[in-house]
Amino acid sequence: MSFISYLLNGISLGSVYAIIALGYTMVYGIAKMLNFAHGDILMVGGYAAFLAFNQMGLGIPLSILFSMAICTALGVLVERVAYKPLRSANSLAVLITAIGVSYLLQNLALLLFGANPKSFQSFVKLPALKLAGGQLVISGETMVTILVGILVAVVLLLFIHKTRAGQAMLAVSEDKGAATLMGVNVNGTIALTFAIGSALASVAGILLCSAYPTLTPTTGAMPGIKAFVAAVLGGIGSIPGAFIGGILLGVLENLSKAYISSKLSDAIVFSVLIIVLLIKPSGILGKKIMEKV
Amino acid sequence: MKKQLSMVLAALMAASLVACGGASGEKKATEAESKANAESSGAEKSGLTWKIGGQGPLTGGAAVYGNAVVNGAEIAIDEINANGGINGYQIEYKKADDEHDQEKAINAYNSLKDWGMQFLVGPTTSAPAIAVGTEAEGDNMFLLSPSGSAVEVTAPKNVFRVCFSDPAQGTKSAEYIGSHNLGKKIGIIYDSSDVYSSGIHDSFVAEAPKQGLEVVADEQFTADSNKDFSTQLQKMKDSGAELVFLPFYYSEAALVLTQANTMGFKPTFFGCDGMDGILNVENFDVSLAEGLMLLTPFAADAKDDLTVNFVKNYKEKYKETPIQFAADAYDAVYAIKAAVEKAGLTPDQSVSDLGTAMEKAMTEISLDGLTGTGMKWNEAGDVDKEPKAVIIKDGAYVSAE
Repeated sequence: MSFISYLLNGISLGSVYAIIALGYTMVYGIAKMLNFAHGDILMVGGYAAFLAFNQMGLGIPLSILFSMAICTALGVLVERVAYKPLRSANSLAVLITAIGVSYLLQNLALLLFGANPKSFQSFVKLPALKLAGGQLVISGETMVTILVGILVAVVLLLFIHKTRAGQAMLAVSEDKGAATLMGVNVNGTIALTFAIGSALASVAGILLCSAYPTLTPTTGAMPGIKAFVAAVLGGIGSIPGAFIGGILLGVLENLSKAYISSKLSDAIVFSVLIIVLLIKPSGILGKKIMEKV
Repeated sequence: MKKQLSMVLAALMAASLVACGGASGEKKATEAESKANAESSGAEKSGLTWKIGGQGPLTGGAAVYGNAVVNGAEIAIDEINANGGINGYQIEYKKADDEHDQEKAINAYNSLKDWGMQFLVGPTTSAPAIAVGTEAEGDNMFLLSPSGSAVEVTAPKNVFRVCFSDPAQGTKSAEYIGSHNLGKKIGIIYDSSDVYSSGIHDSFVAEAPKQGLEVVADEQFTADSNKDFSTQLQKMKDSGAELVFLPFYYSEAALVLTQANTMGFKPTFFGCDGMDGILNVENFDVSLAEGLMLLTPFAADAKDDLTVNFVKNYKEKYKETPIQFAADAYDAVYAIKAAVEKAGLTPDQSVSDLGTAMEKAMTEISLDGLTGTGMKWNEAGDVDKEPKAVIIKDGAYVSAE
């Protein structure tokens, strides 16, 4: 019974990682840059939902929409101000800019909201499921997080493969120059990618804060890094890869905590990452990209 | 163009030099003046004044602690001055900011020393306290840190402290749980990446068997994975723990309590002073903390006269509820007063003579303060006092006795 509970908790945590990782992987796949500020957009999403619900008195659905709108606007703004001017600069400059944006957001939040943690009221109103006479308790948050994780991955895949905008994303991801020549609006497509990625970050933020209800300006930092690891583990740029990577990371983290040592769980998780990357450098589902000479 | 620019820069530099010179000149003048003033007033009243320094992070991330310490000390000093000072001499107080940084702490200490400080109520945080303690040992300046809880803080002979050391909290917690029969099977979750938390954990585990307690589950987390506690809690539940000891800060504890509630796991939860503040987490469902016990030297809601007065004055003056650090500093000032009176000291003695006398007198006094009654100090500089246990009932701290 305990095993199933460990496993479910792992899948739940993994689903949050997966949703964040989807944002990472989309932006990387299309804009070829690591958006290290992604985790902090998640934090902003958490605060936006918190304010909408607790201060402005909006209902849960409106609060979620409000948070997604704020994050989308923020994501597009960050892209326009900080990343677009560097489109032709080398990747190191963009990476450093992203780290800069990450710290900027964290410190702005520190300034606006203070360092004191805020307790986030769960947006999930499902009661916990009690199985086997109370031996196995599955929280509403766990169920919703897992379902939303699957839903987001499926919708995202459909969007990319079935719509024109999605096709444009694929084209930009394959070859920016050629896509421009074919009449694809590259800047618009990249902005759309950031918009979708940031909206996903907001969803992840709300789910994360519902399951683990403390909100601080650094809430997004560690999940952001873990999700990045998940994206790399699954094969960065691949949407199913990010999903599988996220779930795998969550399960691995929780099972090693349960059966090996709670002290060593992070060390174990990151060792697995190193081993996977040694065997398969492009990640589990990553495509092998030939370096253009 | 370049030449012009360099000319401008040179001119600016020259101007700034002049400005600096002017400023320091003025400062000297005012210093001399104030010295003269002090001497003249000293001549009038036959006496000098005590010069007590206060030091802590007044800006930066740990500013909450430093400001609480200087505020708490100011309240005590105002009270003492209003009642005739120490041994008939009034107290002057000066505070310095160390930004919770070791180098800046030394600078702050030196500037206070130049001002003529005789005793220091500080530093507030552990790392600066260790740095300043070593520096001050050479001067034999008497240091009373309100809240530097790391073991090493009191290593120099001239440094004493008001708060418990980290390990002492673990030992006291185990004693309290054992003597009050709160449970025999103990589960512990602690932050293995934090000195405070692991320090308490280690001494708790060492003391537990002596109190007839059995540690049935001992789990860790780190600062990097401090969100999901479901696995640790599941292990607590499986091990049959009756009491779960949580020696870490309230922000993580709020998560632990929420997740335990979701799992339907309801042992007694027991924390240390880092748990203080859990009721102030914005929007936290305080009903989850119902029955939570914590061992803390100070609770602002306590009903004894001393605490009620202190909290009232503090709120009037600073518009906020005092935290433990403020109470520690308040007690520190009164401890200095008690020791000075015990040894019959006067402000005209040298810093080193005062230091030697204080080191002896501190071990001879017994103080009833905000953070404990009958506080006594040993030669090592550590305090012996009974911690107060509080329990959360109907969303407020209530004394557990």
